[in-house]
Amino acid sequence: MPRLKNGQRHHVTLILNGKTVSGMAEPRLLLSDFLRHTLGATGTHVGCEHGVCGACTVQIDGVPVRSCLTLAVQADGRALRTVESLATAPGVLSPLQTAFCDHFGLQCGFCTAGILMSLDAFLRDFPDAGEAELRIMLSGHLCRCTGYGPIIAAAQAAQQALRRQNRMPDLHA
Amino acid sequence: MKPPAFDYLRARTTDEALRALRAEGAEARILAGGQSLLPMLNMRLARPALLVDIMDIAALQMVAVTKDGLRIGAAVRQATLETRRDLAQECALLAAVLPWIGHWQTRNRGTICGSVAHADPSAEISLILVALGGTVHLRSARRAKSIAAADFFTGMMVTARADDEMIEAVTLPLNVPGTGYAFREIGRRHGDFAIAAAAARVDAKAAVLAVGGVADRPLARTLPLPGDASLDDALDEFSWALEARDDFHATGEYRRMLVRRMGRAVIEEAVSCRA
Repeated sequence: MPRLKNGQRHHVTLILNGKTVSGMAEPRLLLSDFLRHTLGATGTHVGCEHGVCGACTVQIDGVPVRSCLTLAVQADGRALRTVESLATAPGVLSPLQTAFCDHFGLQCGFCTAGILMSLDAFLRDFPDAGEAELRIMLSGHLCRCTGYGPIIAAAQAAQQALRRQNRMPDLHA
Repeated sequence: MKPPAFDYLRARTTDEALRALRAEGAEARILAGGQSLLPMLNMRLARPALLVDIMDIAALQMVAVTKDGLRIGAAVRQATLETRRDLAQECALLAAVLPWIGHWQTRNRGTICGSVAHADPSAEISLILVALGGTVHLRSARRAKSIAAADFFTGMMVTARADDEMIEAVTLPLNVPGTGYAFREIGRRHGDFAIAAAAARVDAKAAVLAVGGVADRPLARTLPLPGDASLDDALDEFSWALEARDDFHATGEYRRMLVRRMGRAVIEEAVSCRA
């Protein structure tokens, strides 16, 4: 890759939720802003812009990361997943989203997208995680509304739902 | 909270990165995981003219056991070490501190060497590098140079790295048979910067205690073993020597108390861990 000049916009092509997309970005454009303003994927939210609140968390190659601490140009060629990927069809919530609704895991919803993207990866990688591990993982997300209790309850309910789904895949297809 | 303008270069080789550093000097910054540098850019505390992204450089992605210890290249993410199978048997202190560095989400991007280069006074990697007597391997277009950890950290987020140098790797000494290792940190929430952190290695003769988050950089001292009546006085002296200051999170007095109590607890834990 040649040196990308400041102040000039450069092509960034990546796979977003399974689809190849492209946009123009200055080197200094954050991935969070590229997703929201250039690609129109506004499900990802921006809170602190220094990596501590977790609202901007997305998955790059399946791994949860802070999109506010990633440059758009660094994501070139990578596979991204954002909260828009979770619903299995328009209007059909995923088990994780359903659990958050059922257990009041959100109020204003501002922090929720980031939490869902972390949980989606965490429950995939650690399906048998206990509450203590869930809490430690979720310490990477700040919520001002819920007091976290309902978020833990929703996460554990989702964990159970995913276990049932994995045991009987045909029933839930 | 948006970064200032800069050029961006994704280097394919270490030499390419070093040529850029030689040409731009202090105007260029190495970009590895970005979990320390991007916050500084977003808050405009740094305004480099060029970012040199090193994460595609294959030679910097190695983790290897050498005769001097565990050598970790500059492009190795913290999460990669976290899932390394035999890490606790190789370097117990690294295995102990990894879950305490930032959050899972930041460890997925952040690097071991990036944390060392950033030199936050409460950083866990800096702390264990000093506790273990590890080494920082610097390289410039002119030469390669290895420097002891204690000489590398010179002040609050200040290191011995010259503007045209990059950290190529760090080496952490392996577990020594007969030595016990322990680590603790205190913060208000898991994942916060440590108010104080302590790492100890203890063998039959002495205890080495390193403390972070109190002075402007991690500092280590050899102390008596717990059986020795002079340990408490030695810890007290150490706590004063660190020149703890009041800040938003804690008073100097509280930090000195942590050094005395957490320091002793960590030494005692290391004693009980001696294999």
